Amino acid sequence: MTNELDPSVGQTEELVVEARESQRVRKPGRVVRVGDHFKREWQLYAMLIPTIIWLLVFLYKPMYGLQIAFKDYSIFRGVANSPWIGLEHFQTLFGNDQFLRALKNTIIISFYGLIFGFPMPIVIALMFNEILKDWFKKTAQTIVYLPHFVSSVIIAGIVITAFSPSAGIVNTILGWFGIDAIYFLTKPEWFRPIFVGTGIWQEAGFQSIVYLAAIAGVSPTLYESAVVDGASRWQMMWKITIPSIMPTIIIMLIIRIGNMLEVSFEMIILLYQPATFETADVVNTFIYRQGIQGGQYDLAAAAGLFNAVVAFVLVMTANTISKRYSRTSLW
Amino acid sequence: MTNMNLYSRGDKLFVVVNMVLIALFTLSTLYPFIYIASLSMSTGYEARAGNVILTPVGFTLEAYKQVLSEPLFWSSYGNTFIYTIGGTLMSLAFIIPGAYALSKPQLYGRRFWNLVVAFTMWFNAGLIPFFLNMRDLGLLDSYFGIIIGFAVNGFNIILLRNFFEGIPQSFEEAARMDGANEFQVLWKVYMPLSKPAIATVALFCIVSRWNGFFWAMVLLQDEDKIPLQVYLRKVIAELSDDEEFATSLLSAAYSFETVSAAIIVCSIIPILLIYPFLQKYFSKGILLGGVKE
Repeated sequence: MTNELDPSVGQTEELVVEARESQRVRKPGRVVRVGDHFKREWQLYAMLIPTIIWLLVFLYKPMYGLQIAFKDYSIFRGVANSPWIGLEHFQTLFGNDQFLRALKNTIIISFYGLIFGFPMPIVIALMFNEILKDWFKKTAQTIVYLPHFVSSVIIAGIVITAFSPSAGIVNTILGWFGIDAIYFLTKPEWFRPIFVGTGIWQEAGFQSIVYLAAIAGVSPTLYESAVVDGASRWQMMWKITIPSIMPTIIIMLIIRIGNMLEVSFEMIILLYQPATFETADVVNTFIYRQGIQGGQYDLAAAAGLFNAVVAFVLVMTANTISKRYSRTSLW
Repeated sequence: MTNMNLYSRGDKLFVVVNMVLIALFTLSTLYPFIYIASLSMSTGYEARAGNVILTPVGFTLEAYKQVLSEPLFWSSYGNTFIYTIGGTLMSLAFIIPGAYALSKPQLYGRRFWNLVVAFTMWFNAGLIPFFLNMRDLGLLDSYFGIIIGFAVNGFNIILLRNFFEGIPQSFEEAARMDGANEFQVLWKVYMPLSKPAIATVALFCIVSRWNGFFWAMVLLQDEDKIPLQVYLRKVIAELSDDEEFATSLLSAAYSFETVSAAIIVCSIIPILLIYPFLQKYFSKGILLGGVKE
């Protein structure tokens, strides 16, 4: 009754009903929309699904399989049915001289790689930048990028041949100076220099590309005004080029530290031998020998899990630091 | 950069020293390859005596005859082609549609799917669980196992997805007006526009397949299925272990050194043939990939 007298009340009621109704229909309405969406866009999901299934089968399922690091794994019982044994494998590992040695070697080798390997591409890029003859620069670049594309087996083959005691060129040259032939690859003290040196020889040229791109982005006006001020090329390199590419250098350094544990173990497998294990054996080669060659899958998986977790923490820390430093994270 | 005439004497010295250093570095990169090539064409006797320095000594192609007469060399070479071509096509079949779907804003759970891809770049289960998984799937000792087992790689998906995202919507609108579905849009609009990015990803796949050795060594027991890199490693390891065999070759026309050098040369040639493309696209690729996710 009063409603008729007060039109606003009726309006309110209408609004309430409308709101209720819209609430009632919103739910089914949304379901219809999701259905519509899949009906309309099913092709996109059809394109995505194979990749996702592949990732689940080949990369995520092994993550499930990592539980054998905490189990007494037997092939016959399988991953799920093997009994849990807690941290026993980790206790074994940290009481195992070979594992501790591998851990130490991993850290030392990647540290050498960082100290000697990191500055090289920067130096090479700076030097390339100072070349004025285009043909010379192009030829040199073509050659120094090449080893990056050559397989580790071939590089190892070259190293083994070049350092061989009887036929190798290295010992031939030493012979000219009256130095007796050294069987380098059986000497523990020579393994790390040869391995790290080979890595630099193979990758330093190619890695310079990133820095060359950074140098190409430096504003030419900076150099022009420096030339007007009478600066020498040496001064321009130190005062303009290097400060300008510093952000790139720091980001690359952070990435490098994040990937510290990724020693290229393929190459180590190819170059080491029992005589040099004491300086050459790294965590991944230890895992390969214990697990795949020795059949101690659970223990080796525990070593791998330890490696992966440390690597994950390193990468995440690197990303956080880079985010803070450059405001652009690596991903 | 410019203004050659403005160089002081110090600058000229600097430029010259720099050029000499670069030339030395370049030669030190080139030299090992020349050394191996010369070794492969020298007699076994000269090679073992350490007389090969720069050019072949006592030129002979005996080592190549030896290599090319070995059936395992040919079968492994053929296998490498199968793994490289099959593996690259398989990778592209997964990666191109996957990256396209991930580049579309209307995809539900896009952030989540991207995380599923990116997480595999930061964390992997490691050698042993991967190996056991391949064994449980029955993919040991099989061509298919090698081809499918390494098909997808998070880095390549993200590289291509970033490229697809950079293609303006307006390009596909005309195709959509004509009633093209997603597959047609991808095939007729995106793929032609993304040739350089797809070439980059394909070359990444080709090189890693051609050079891949560790997993082939671990997963393949059957000699008939091994790729060239595994064969090469076998030859080097066996010959260097077998002192008796090595010394028996002392006076022969070929030796352990010349034979392994000849295999190295044979396996490097295909890489050299595609090297112009590699150089062109790889440098772009690592710069594109510099911004992950």
